[in-house]
Amino acid sequence: MLNRQGRPTTPGHTAAESHPTFTGNRALQQIEPLIFEIGHHETTGVDLDAPAPFKARLGKHARTDGIGLPGLSEPEAMRHYVRLSQKNYGIDTGLFPLGSCTMKHNARLNEKMARLPGFSDVHPLQPLSTVAGALAVMQELARYLMTLTGMPAVSLSPKAGAHGELCGMMAIKAAIAAKGEGETRKVVLVPESAHGTNPATAALIGFIVKSVPARADGTVAVEDVKALLGPDVAAIMLTNPNTCGIFEPQIVEIAAAMHEAGAYFYCDGANYNAIVGKAKPGDLGVDAMHINLHKTFSTPHGGGGPGSGPVVLSERLAPYAPVPFIHLENGEPRLIETIADAPDGNAPFGRITAFHGQMGMYVRALTYMLSHGSDGMKQASEDAVLNANYIRAGLSDLMSLPFPDHPSMHEALFDDEWLKGTGVTTLDFAKAMIDEGYHPMTVYFPLVVHGAMLVEPTESESKASLDLFIATLRDLAMAAKGNDKSRFTGAPHHAPLRRLDETRAARQPVLKWVAPLPIAEAAE
Amino acid sequence: MRYLPLTDTDRLDMLARIGVPDIDALFSDVPADRLLKAPLDLPRAKGEIEVERIMGRMAGRNVAASSVPFFVGAGAYKHHVPATVDHLIQRSEFLTSYTPYQPEIAQGTLQYLFEFQTQVAALTGMDVANASMYDGSTGTGEAVLMAHRVTKRRKAVLSGGLHPHYAAVVNTISEMASDTVVALPPDVTASEDILAQIDDETSCVVVQSPDVFGNLRDLRPIAAKAQAHGALLIAVFTEVMSLGAVTSPGEQGADIVVGEGQSIGNALNFGGPYVGLFAAKTKYLRQMPGRLCGETVDADGQRGFVLTLSTREQHIRRDKATSNICTNSGLCCLAFTIHMTLLGQAGLERVAEVNHANAVKLADMLSEVKGAQVLNETFFNEFTVRLGKPAAEVVEALAQKGVLGGVPVSRLLPDAGLDDLLIVANTEVNTDEDRAAFVAALAEVLA
Repeated sequence: MLNRQGRPTTPGHTAAESHPTFTGNRALQQIEPLIFEIGHHETTGVDLDAPAPFKARLGKHARTDGIGLPGLSEPEAMRHYVRLSQKNYGIDTGLFPLGSCTMKHNARLNEKMARLPGFSDVHPLQPLSTVAGALAVMQELARYLMTLTGMPAVSLSPKAGAHGELCGMMAIKAAIAAKGEGETRKVVLVPESAHGTNPATAALIGFIVKSVPARADGTVAVEDVKALLGPDVAAIMLTNPNTCGIFEPQIVEIAAAMHEAGAYFYCDGANYNAIVGKAKPGDLGVDAMHINLHKTFSTPHGGGGPGSGPVVLSERLAPYAPVPFIHLENGEPRLIETIADAPDGNAPFGRITAFHGQMGMYVRALTYMLSHGSDGMKQASEDAVLNANYIRAGLSDLMSLPFPDHPSMHEALFDDEWLKGTGVTTLDFAKAMIDEGYHPMTVYFPLVVHGAMLVEPTESESKASLDLFIATLRDLAMAAKGNDKSRFTGAPHHAPLRRLDETRAARQPVLKWVAPLPIAEAAE
Repeated sequence: MRYLPLTDTDRLDMLARIGVPDIDALFSDVPADRLLKAPLDLPRAKGEIEVERIMGRMAGRNVAASSVPFFVGAGAYKHHVPATVDHLIQRSEFLTSYTPYQPEIAQGTLQYLFEFQTQVAALTGMDVANASMYDGSTGTGEAVLMAHRVTKRRKAVLSGGLHPHYAAVVNTISEMASDTVVALPPDVTASEDILAQIDDETSCVVVQSPDVFGNLRDLRPIAAKAQAHGALLIAVFTEVMSLGAVTSPGEQGADIVVGEGQSIGNALNFGGPYVGLFAAKTKYLRQMPGRLCGETVDADGQRGFVLTLSTREQHIRRDKATSNICTNSGLCCLAFTIHMTLLGQAGLERVAEVNHANAVKLADMLSEVKGAQVLNETFFNEFTVRLGKPAAEVVEALAQKGVLGGVPVSRLLPDAGLDDLLIVANTEVNTDEDRAAFVAALAEVLA
């Protein structure tokens, strides 16, 4: 059974359990029930005295039924979540080469700073006279982002990368409308290799998406873009370095072609971490680019969020930035919260979130920037690129490279050509890496490459760590080619769980816990 | 540089192994005239001591909520979060993990998402909940777009009690998508006639309760009228703790429930990161935005969890996706679910009761202050006060006296002519001394 990405989703054959235990536990690997199976409705882990009798003001709205949720005492809760955590793989566990996701080290200083009461315990609507330090953080972060990217403006408030894309594309839409071209410029060009968020974002606000073909060498050709340009084109959304891990060689020409045609260049900045301190998007002709603070500037991924996706803007788009934003007045930062309050020359397109964005992430990212400095950030980019190319050099004789003609930037892309005839799929290979103690690389993305394996080691790995990783993948690759299929098709064998049945999950969705029926009722 | 393990010797060895003379050879696709030669005009690397000093200085220029009598709400609330919560969310395996795309080594994340979804569904009284949105406001925008997909209509009606920032988010996305919004004027006393706005073109009615002015609203008649016209009722809340004391929106017939979950488990953080809660009736499941976690089994038949129904999502559907959303609010959602697990229904009901009792106490005290009038008939832990003076000036004067006394309505609605209104919140953390200090300071400022 394959899912829409062409991935097998049904489990492989079952390996016999060699030494069963009474509990089903395996030493540190404990089977942990759901809180609904261990807690009680009368239990609570929070002590709070009942208030003195008073006359309620809830009117007819008072809750009369029970909510139906159990509580746990503190020791029970602690054990439950610690056991759950032990079923997770994190950056601190081992090499996490998830391409496009930038799983670099998360410094704990950043966590400590974000928890200073002066940052964490401040309300977004308390008087502005009591938050001068918070505004200073926003201003300082903005200054760093503008200096690094060579762009004149930034909107900090997007909550994540895709939200940043939305913000940037809304600014483009507003700029087009201001020129009176809102009815004609409806098309957004998106290369086939793009992140799925790009076409989804463009479509969300009414653009028509047209695909730009990928060249055989994994890059976008300026001629292919030009062939699609016309008075109906609003913008191109191009990732750079692109999702194949290649710096687009014709990016400057593509930007110029867009501008000449009266259109805009949105750059997906998911891979900006490869070029910090090496090249400025502003020098490349970019009009808008989101920056994933959770990738490039190491705010923790946290199991899928929260992210933060500030968008840097060119001179042409700067006036349309949404509220809120920081405006410098006599060198002092002032927070502009409403459109009515916007200084002359600004025409904010609206508001994309309540309050002022992900302050907790601003603090962490700024701490990262101060720690690294201009020299450390440049070195981090260089080391990330060096590490990716080192892995590529160590594996390219065994695993196939779809685009050997370009150096890789921060991630090395392999395809599954080398697995042909082995009976082992990219997914099998990834699952076998789990048994070896590694998180798999990104698989089956980008879509333009068959059976893609996208390896991004980041700058956080030592040479010894990379050497062991390369040796492990070489061993696995030889095994795959040597018809040692059992190591792959049944993998993982040693993870907390074996391969999961995704098809079943989607066919009969069970999305919450439901109390089992009492035995008598169930029998009816 | 303490974060970079490679030594200069390593770098040279590695370049040799790759077969290039220097690092810039790997950047050969960057046009030569765009490759930066000089270092950027930013400071050089710093040790922990210096970074802490700089950040600490900036933090010191803010007034922390717990350092003063604090009554600021209007969409974000100061609550007590048990120490256990922050300890657990900093476990490396939670903090430094990614979206659980490899479920065999992400069951920790997946199981708590499943528990979270169950908790949110129970709290809101709905069938299904997703694995969280960025925050309540963006979730509200997504709910409106979802209602358009379900009803195949494109006109949303917004209550005048909806948080103005939430309304602005809906307005912005609707304008960009060429959808229609009918936004009712600010409705301080919950007296608007929203039923009259619902017709056969209406896709959804968006109503917040407790509303931004603190009033509790009866959703039942709105649900009935919406249903009669084939429109959806989107029920919004910004104070999730209210659900421990008031009838759930699901019970009142809401089709989609969306709200801010910050109050449970999460700090104020000057506005983010927060956690959006999103729940709906089962029949709308396939139009829901965001991640969903579902139960399944592994190859040995053991129960396990995976992300599911991802054919709705952007990485598969691209321009046909239900939303462009990619991340959820992972760690904030973990903080929510741990705090909620510690509370249980017993703890939640208790803390909600204390919130309400404290707010009633403060409302009674403020009603005694000359020049102050509490406008709400009903409320949970927040209400609106009419002052004899512009509220923004009063709040500033209170801040000078060391009291953070609420949110002036003019901060949210500068042109509404409601400059004399103050929104005041009171939670379980406020003491009798806090309230006495507030009332005394307010009496002085209003005198």
